[in-house]
Amino acid sequence: MDSGRRDALKAGGSVSLLTLLAAAGWLKPGEAGAQGAWNKAAFEAKSIPDAYKAFGGAPAQAKEIAFVATPDIAENGAVVPIGVTSSLPKTEQIAILVEKNPNVLAASFDIPAGTEATVTTRVKMGQSSNVYALVKADGKYYVAQKEVKVTLGGCGG
Amino acid sequence: MADPMRIRAAVDAGGVTEVKVLMSHEMETGQRRDAAGALVPAWFIQNVTATHAGKTVLSAQWGPAIAKNPFLSFRFKGAQKGDKVQVTWVDNRGDKRTDEATIA
Repeated sequence: MDSGRRDALKAGGSVSLLTLLAAAGWLKPGEAGAQGAWNKAAFEAKSIPDAYKAFGGAPAQAKEIAFVATPDIAENGAVVPIGVTSSLPKTEQIAILVEKNPNVLAASFDIPAGTEATVTTRVKMGQSSNVYALVKADGKYYVAQKEVKVTLGGCGG
Repeated sequence: MADPMRIRAAVDAGGVTEVKVLMSHEMETGQRRDAAGALVPAWFIQNVTATHAGKTVLSAQWGPAIAKNPFLSFRFKGAQKGDKVQVTWVDNRGDKRTDEATIA
């Protein structure tokens, strides 16, 4: 009885501010349910390996994944264009991860049949970092990465 | 209610439709502090869905790391000139917005 409580306290001690905020209700479970799927565990991952775990498995490196419209050096970290294209057959999901952001996962796209495996968006980057493109194709995960240097950070505002 | 999205969609000779969407949203990260030192609560788009003729052509889950006033582009097959493409977003406060564009 007591040990259970202690474990809960220990777990509580290690959670980050963001998780506390989540617990405090900025992300109400009811709301999330009404909005369809949102992979909370993956979006709260603090490191690339944690994010892989939340998606379900370590990916293999793949040459078939390429970055498009992604700069080597981004002048403004608040708006960094990231484009990912995959030529892997049966690509069903593309996720964009930024290694040194507080939460590494930026976006995850589901690609239905008939939609090309190419998405472009813009992300915020706190500092220079590797950007990972995680692709799920035919049930397996693949990854490619690219370093993007940021001259002006985008997370402090 | 949030401002409307700007959506452009055009089909090329190969039958591939390119859709570009510019949304109007603050995309507050939840990491930033205001002048008084209090955390500004996170406020960001969580789900984006694009449909054509009742079929989902792209769905996305976003975190707060997407840039303010998010941009998104993607390409899909099967649409013709004059068809409509609809885009819906839902944010973590439960606000939502749907806009539609005609494919050129």
